[in-house]
Amino acid sequence: MKFGIMVNEGPYTHEASDTAYHFTKAALEAGHEIFRVFFYHDGVNNATRYTVPPQDDRNIQVRWSELAEKHNLDLVVCIAAAQRRGILDENEAKRQGKDGDNIAPGFRISGLGQLIEAGIQCDRLVVFGD
Amino acid sequence: MSDVKKFLYVNRKAPYGTIYALESLEVVLIGAAFEQDVALAFLDDGVYQLTKDQNTDGIEMKNFSPTYSALGDYDIRKIYVEKESLEERGLTIDDLQHLTYEDEDDDWAEKDSIQVVTAKELAEIMDQSDVILSF
Amino acid sequence: MAMLHTVNKSPFERNTLDSCMRHALPGSAILLIEDGVVAATKGTAVEGKVKEKMGDVSFFVLGPDLAARGLGEDKLIDGISVVDYNGFVELTTKYDNVQSWL
Repeated sequence: MKFGIMVNEGPYTHEASDTAYHFTKAALEAGHEIFRVFFYHDGVNNATRYTVPPQDDRNIQVRWSELAEKHNLDLVVCIAAAQRRGILDENEAKRQGKDGDNIAPGFRISGLGQLIEAGIQCDRLVVFGD
Repeated sequence: MSDVKKFLYVNRKAPYGTIYALESLEVVLIGAAFEQDVALAFLDDGVYQLTKDQNTDGIEMKNFSPTYSALGDYDIRKIYVEKESLEERGLTIDDLQHLTYEDEDDDWAEKDSIQVVTAKELAEIMDQSDVILSF
Repeated sequence: MAMLHTVNKSPFERNTLDSCMRHALPGSAILLIEDGVVAATKGTAVEGKVKEKMGDVSFFVLGPDLAARGLGEDKLIDGISVVDYNGFVELTTKYDNVQSWL
């Protein structure tokens, strides 16, 4: 089956991103296709490469980036939600006149249409949030 | 399966205390361009999103409630409000904004977008939806 | 259609489980995840409501979340099935659509 995943909470405060990660990994291992993972609301905060969790804890951002690299996942961060919360890629940083970007490898910034498209294309859209 | 899917946006949270109501509305507005079968459901504290006379001056947040009255222009005609949720909160339909759309199949007659439905009816609507986005 | 509902809130904090149960049609399923798992245990104030709903809706609970909260499977209400993340994925494929009660 073709799955779309929506992640609506940031890392560490809420379990949503963890659950979404475990679900996505399990779906891939079962041979399903993950069409896209869409990050919305505070979920965009999963995409900053500047997180430095303690050594003995999981690194939620790195975990997503690694899963994306291994399975060629499309991790999409909502541009409007990202702008509000200071998640920038190189182009956005330039466009907004900011002195640096912070997006992590494997993530890309795009519009909400990407979420709707996932809803249309996928057999199931599973939402993880608060 | 046909190309058109039934999208249902489920709103269960009050506005302003959290950003979910506002950002849900942003998805709805973008999603309207995709020519899918769209419906919105307001239940539990979500019914507070539709109250009239919202004034956010004192909290210095943007009052986004006027946007709901623009939904008709986006061809969004199905706005379900749950009867039980209204009653539990001491609200009636008169406490909510009057939302309308123009029906091009009926000489552009102005019609009500809001339908008050029971939990049982809403359960059926949810059941028949293909994509449920919860906020 | 038959829907899979997920509930991730404790019934002692929010009305999410109540609202979900109010809208879950016969033949659908409710999967308790994250803080929602506490509703699957015996002896709580919501046990009666859950048991009543189990008459026509299947209940599942996410094992890793249960274990994380120190709740053993021996504490579960009889008839609630434990699944892992693979089981969660399987449930989403087995049912026709999925709704997350947040």
